[in-house]
Amino acid sequence: MSSREEILNSIRGIQKENKFLPDIPNFQLEGDLVELFKSAIEANKGEILSKKEFENWIASTNFQHVISCSEPFHTYATQELPDDAHQLDHLELAILDAQFGVAENGAMWLDDSQLPHRALPFITEHLVLILSKETLVSNMHQAYDRIGSDHSGFGLFIAGPSKTADIEQSLVIGAHGAKSLRVILV
Amino acid sequence: MSHPKAATEFLKDQANSQWHDETLWMIRDKRDASSKSIPEWEELRNLASEIKDNVLSNLDKYLEQFEAQALKNGIKVHWAKDAKEHNEIVLSILQEKNCEAIVKSKSILTEECHLNPYLEKQGIEVVDTDLGERIVQFLQQPPSHIVMPAIHLKKRDISALFHDKLQTEKGNEDPSYLTNAARLHLREKFLASKVAITGVNFGVAETGEFVVCTNEGNADMGVHLADVHIACMGIEKIIPRRKDLGVFLRLLARSATGQPITNYSSHFRSPATGKEIHLVLVDNGRTRQLAREKFKNSLKCIRCGACMNTCPIYRRSGGFSYGSTVPGPIGSILSPGLDMKKYSTLPFASTLCGSCSDVCPVKINIHEQLYEWRQEITKHHGTVGKGLSMKLASGIFKSPLAYQFSGSLMRKVIKSLPESVIYNPLNIWGKSRDLPKAPKESFQDWYKRNRHE
Ligand code: SF4
Repeated sequence: MSSREEILNSIRGIQKENKFLPDIPNFQLEGDLVELFKSAIEANKGEILSKKEFENWIASTNFQHVISCSEPFHTYATQELPDDAHQLDHLELAILDAQFGVAENGAMWLDDSQLPHRALPFITEHLVLILSKETLVSNMHQAYDRIGSDHSGFGLFIAGPSKTADIEQSLVIGAHGAKSLRVILV
Repeated sequence: MSHPKAATEFLKDQANSQWHDETLWMIRDKRDASSKSIPEWEELRNLASEIKDNVLSNLDKYLEQFEAQALKNGIKVHWAKDAKEHNEIVLSILQEKNCEAIVKSKSILTEECHLNPYLEKQGIEVVDTDLGERIVQFLQQPPSHIVMPAIHLKKRDISALFHDKLQTEKGNEDPSYLTNAARLHLREKFLASKVAITGVNFGVAETGEFVVCTNEGNADMGVHLADVHIACMGIEKIIPRRKDLGVFLRLLARSATGQPITNYSSHFRSPATGKEIHLVLVDNGRTRQLAREKFKNSLKCIRCGACMNTCPIYRRSGGFSYGSTVPGPIGSILSPGLDMKKYSTLPFASTLCGSCSDVCPVKINIHEQLYEWRQEITKHHGTVGKGLSMKLASGIFKSPLAYQFSGSLMRKVIKSLPESVIYNPLNIWGKSRDLPKAPKESFQDWYKRNRHE
């Protein structure tokens, strides 16, 4: 007998009381979604920028390696997407569209359609996400309602920059992934 | 090392053990604040508990559904009845890919299966990429906490370690500097690895996808740069529907660290073009635990670590004093299920204060199960129980250091001792705080009941 059969059979052999699967109520969040989202991102050590603030910021940097997958921001790109994600190692900035945002925790959803390389938002040194205010939902229940049965090979909530507190609980931003997260709310 | 001995070691450094205690309590506080910001928190806990109950009562069906969907998505599914088979499956994939070095993100399951030493014996380099895990891996120690693997170490220890292993400046203890050194070191490993291993937080039966949560982004760095992703998953990690993730992701990070969500929550459904995802479904004692009516609820655990952060014993004595893969209260009910003899003393290292059950996001009755294990161990393993009682009883009076640990373990015994003994300078617990509430059944009662058997 294969291990698969062995495992499934031993589960089947156990007498189990049937427990119901509960419905999930439609929990809502009180308050202004944009404000809640902003404070959530800031608490997660991200930053919210206007388009103008972004322009000022990028002018103050001297990035040589910028990739944009967001149409209106293509002018900032310095290079095309490489075929192999390993060549992204020196990437300084990636600008990507997010599909929608979640007000209660600052999470933003991206899937394969925003990510020509799944490694992009991780391997880049800095990450800028473009998010439309219109897309904000209140909490994770509404987030999964919105994703619905969309089929993507990979999907991801990003809520902040890469971080760790593994050394004496001191918060350090930029563990392995992006060292900063900026969100341009449009 | 026996767990009272390990606790004694840990307690020798009084400043450190106090820091450990206070730090974990601070995290417990953050969890409280974070949970209070959600009016429906208790409702969410109930939902999570009910969803997991439903999973356990239909586990075979959900596993089959999950497998069918995953196969449809192009994921290769493997089944392992025990740790040995799990390790062999992983090795065979590595051999097939001619892979001699891998990166691995946090997976308590692979710790449970002792995958690292197994692969290393086969000449494969395993690099743990979670910063805390890399630190303890350098020290050849197991993680001392499931969410914060290096919480028992101080930055001076890590600074000295990194100076030795990563050639950082001697004496530089700045956490940002040290983290950056690890970032550079691990980046090389990420770029070079053909295979990456991750654990799984949730597997969704409905869609065949699985979710991995990290703050560092290390799981994603590994798998998206590798050609092959091996995900190792305990069979109890299944949830029925995608929308159930809404409940669990709201609970998990808040319970673990007080954050509203981890910074990365990655949903893997099918491999990217030209790549492979292998999923290893592991039993290793879980079906046995499922058959134990009194203990099956322990399989609902989502490994948030909240029960450790709140536990008066764990906070004060540290993770190594448990000697099991999952330290803390939940480990003390999981481990005896795997090996009752080896872990027979763990359920006794508890005050049964119930704080663990109060914070558990899936409402596992942890402290009641600890109590049940005591009954079970005494009943089924009369000889083990008796030997244990003799060992503990002789240990407590033999050495003052052992007494420090047993001071918490057997508070009823202590209650009957004069204050001069409790507040003896050798008893660090007595010195820095009042003793916790008395347990439902103290060691003394247990010992009295059992010594005539
Ligand atoms: S038993 Fe509950 S509190 Fe403890 S780690 Fe598991 S889910 Fe978290």
